[in-house]
Amino acid sequence: MVKTDYDVIIIGGGPAGLTAGMYAARARLNVVLFEKAAPGGQVIVTDWVENYPGFPEGITGYDLGEKMVTQAKTLGLPIESEEITAMTLSKDEKTIHLSSGRTVTTHTVIIASGASPRKLDVGEAKFMGKGVSFCATCDAPFFRDKVLVAVGGGDTAVQEAIYLTKFATKVYLVHRRDELRATKVLQERALKNDKIEMVWDSVVTGMDGFFSVEKVHLENLKTKAQSTIKADGCFIWVGTTPNTSYVKDSVKTDEGGFVFTDTHMETSVPGVYAVGDVRTTPLKQITTAVGDGAIATMSAEHFIENLKDVK
Amino acid sequence: MAENIVEIDDDSFEKAVLKADNPVMVDFWAPWCGPCRAIGPIVEELEGVYGEKMNFVKVNVDENPLTPSKYGIKAIPTLIFFKNGEVAEQITGMVAKGKLEETIKGILQEG
Repeated sequence: MVKTDYDVIIIGGGPAGLTAGMYAARARLNVVLFEKAAPGGQVIVTDWVENYPGFPEGITGYDLGEKMVTQAKTLGLPIESEEITAMTLSKDEKTIHLSSGRTVTTHTVIIASGASPRKLDVGEAKFMGKGVSFCATCDAPFFRDKVLVAVGGGDTAVQEAIYLTKFATKVYLVHRRDELRATKVLQERALKNDKIEMVWDSVVTGMDGFFSVEKVHLENLKTKAQSTIKADGCFIWVGTTPNTSYVKDSVKTDEGGFVFTDTHMETSVPGVYAVGDVRTTPLKQITTAVGDGAIATMSAEHFIENLKDVK
Repeated sequence: MAENIVEIDDDSFEKAVLKADNPVMVDFWAPWCGPCRAIGPIVEELEGVYGEKMNFVKVNVDENPLTPSKYGIKAIPTLIFFKNGEVAEQITGMVAKGKLEETIKGILQEG
């Protein structure tokens, strides 16, 4: 067996990566987790989590993320601040190049780099931080007594739109279909919230403003009617794009760039696994991400055992 | 949260930032902002490395509404780099440590 720096390298410190790391540390594998920003993942921008078992009163996303990081560290997982610039993957040795200039080798890689909020690409880029936001818990308080547009119809959009009403006087929830995709309990809350007005069958086509957002332009997809809402901000939750720029040429992905895996979380390259929001999965939740992480580490452990058998 | 970073307020902003001899990085944050709390340790780490050449301070936007409003801040975390009282660079949202370090080096190199 080729000698490598690590048994397992985990890329990304969200719930999936942290769980994989906990299992690897407990299995006494030689493991490291690389995180380019701060560990915790998308959960730390979530205002409130009430569908993660073990917290019957609910918990803030930040607190849940922080608890996971603490737990992983307590169990012995080293977390390093590094970004992956390139990787070379062969069966028994994987080489990872890091932004610090270091190069490390490993038997297995667990890709857990997650996904980022998808952009609309209707000119919102120039209003980033000037009325356009993807994080309600971060930015909603800047819009006290203002009018907001929220875009999307899934769990995140509906949950966060409800959060916006704690500050805004009115939230227009713009959705491209005529019904919400979010889970029923969230739909019920949104539809009976006096401050939320649904704008069905519609998409955002652009926005205007001198220094920050002042107007949001819409089009009704059924009637083709154009309209404009006077709003001070626009919060966007229309799904995610995977963070796979460093790996998309090495492993098979779907059209959207999400990484294909089998039921053992193995990608098209033996010994390389993908977990959580970065992979093609029918459900992107904290609960499913942590399950992925546990499975991937078990698979990695088996893979390393098999390498030892092949002399 | 960045424990070693000096907390300044609306009143001390001019003296601590605009009239400082060194370039200053101001971390606009709030206790309710998860990414702000997550970015804290990165800022602290960089302060350990570059703290002699650049001042690192933070402003709680909840308690100090005037300064963020003056700079048009509607999203946090926002990091603004000041040099001779002028805005030299501004970064909004979660940022990788590498990118942040590059920005700091760039500002220090300009002399």
